[in-house]
Amino acid sequence: MTQVSSSTELVTEAVLRAQGVKVYYGTNLAVRDVTLDIPFNKVVAFIGPSGCGKSTILRCFNRMNDLVASARVEGKITFHGRDLYASNIDPVETRRRIGMVFQKPNPFPKSIFENIAFGARINGYKGDMNELVEDSLRRAALWDEVKDQLQESGLALSGGQQQRLCIARAIAIAPEVILMDEPCSALDPISTLKVEELIQELKQQYTIVIVTHNMQQASRVSDLTAFYNAEATEGGNKVGYLVEYDRTEVIFQNPTQQATQEYVSGRFG
Amino acid sequence: MTTPDSQTFNKDQSTQEQYFTPNLSGRYKWDTVFASFTWLAVGLSVVILAVLLISVVWDGFPRLASDFWGFLTNFPSRKPEQAGLLSALVGTVWVMITVAIFAFPIGVGAGVYLEEFATDNWFTKLIEVNINNLAGVPSIIYGLLGLQLFVRFLEPMTGGRSILSGALTLALLILPIIIVGTREALRAVPDSIRQAGFALGATRWQVIWDQVFPIAIPGILTGTILALSRAIGETAPLITIGALTFISFLPENLQSQFTVLPIQIYNWVSRPQAGFHTNAAAGIIILMVVLLAMNGLAIFLRNKFQKRG
Repeated sequence: MTQVSSSTELVTEAVLRAQGVKVYYGTNLAVRDVTLDIPFNKVVAFIGPSGCGKSTILRCFNRMNDLVASARVEGKITFHGRDLYASNIDPVETRRRIGMVFQKPNPFPKSIFENIAFGARINGYKGDMNELVEDSLRRAALWDEVKDQLQESGLALSGGQQQRLCIARAIAIAPEVILMDEPCSALDPISTLKVEELIQELKQQYTIVIVTHNMQQASRVSDLTAFYNAEATEGGNKVGYLVEYDRTEVIFQNPTQQATQEYVSGRFG
Repeated sequence: MTTPDSQTFNKDQSTQEQYFTPNLSGRYKWDTVFASFTWLAVGLSVVILAVLLISVVWDGFPRLASDFWGFLTNFPSRKPEQAGLLSALVGTVWVMITVAIFAFPIGVGAGVYLEEFATDNWFTKLIEVNINNLAGVPSIIYGLLGLQLFVRFLEPMTGGRSILSGALTLALLILPIIIVGTREALRAVPDSIRQAGFALGATRWQVIWDQVFPIAIPGILTGTILALSRAIGETAPLITIGALTFISFLPENLQSQFTVLPIQIYNWVSRPQAGFHTNAAAGIIILMVVLLAMNGLAIFLRNKFQKRG
């Protein structure tokens, strides 16, 4: 039931690789035995019902789970072959290379300019800050809308613009990977469409992992899709696990697992 | 389509309708009752405050009107019409500045540590409970502590019954208030802001300094100044540590003996002559003006920092 199929096409160069990853919160096992590769410059979608651990796994990739005191990660996650959780790996440096965009747009309550300059400045950026801000906003397809109001608060923007500002902020520090945790769930359909178009643009340069509850979105933007599911344990907790990981069209049209078939056709979840 | 009125709904759902008794007029009556009660509570407190203010101004204003400048710049005297509160006013300013210098960095520092750095274990919980309790300890207890610790034990440093001893005692008294206020201000900063900072490769200190503080600082300042407003009115702990009630010189340094406004007022009130009672009322007016000025400063700073955000 939990077997993971892997077609040959997955085995390109893996940027991130999870091997037998388990995540505990306190003594509760939240996700068990996740093994998957995130290939270079592809968009990988994580789908599955609530509580299946897809966001938890996402947060292991940039060590955001370190900030949760009770969280514990077992197994191995490598980034370009190096163990992300080895003692000589600095989580702060890791997060610069592996950026993150959150579910709710969370710009700093500062100017648009400052929102983007902050990450660059704390990471010791030496180049021209004005250029960087413009370039980041252009790549996030936001420049034309905000170029005359760079000194105004980021909170004055619409929800969709705020989310693109957060994406601009993430790419300003030149990450290799961008993790997106349901980036469109708080946005209206038109803003969602813009962010999705942006993801298509960004995958030329970045490896992207996106968690989404929207299956159309997964099928529109991703090259590969991982389907997670959850099962109840005897103690009443839910444990998430990876059911199936394959090219997106396989997951949506011809999945090998029945649970995947039922989920993508909307029969549960 | 126009909105059907509620009566037409009733026909469709007649089977369910029998179980509901809306009793709207009864529910609205309770609305009115509670609105009146809360209005009364507000009205009563405003009236009491007004009576207090008016009676104090009524008693004290003649003294201020006849010789305002003299009242501010004279030392205490045996003759009520020549007595002023210069030494008390200057003492209060010295003490308050010293209290702020000690209490602000330590209180805010402790609050930041507990809220942003400390892990959530039984030890920090113990500290938390204790700090909350300390905020409720009667001020005279702090006076006894200050007497033993600062006046007697640390006399070589504090100079005994000095401004420094008094200020340290008051600083201890308001530390828990500042810590609790700081923690509340920090807790009001949404966690999503911290997450955003961390996700950009910021260290904990960079997140706190660049993102959390600018949002929390108005709340921290408000809490601190309210705590200082409490310190400025304290009498008991300062009398306990032996602040003088009659002083005809100005403090020269932190080890000087001193008095403060509430003590001077207390002294005047307990004199039998009516002239001193007038002085006491006038002193209360001055104390309230200083207090209002401090609260005004709190509001000003809050608005100033909020606009920047």
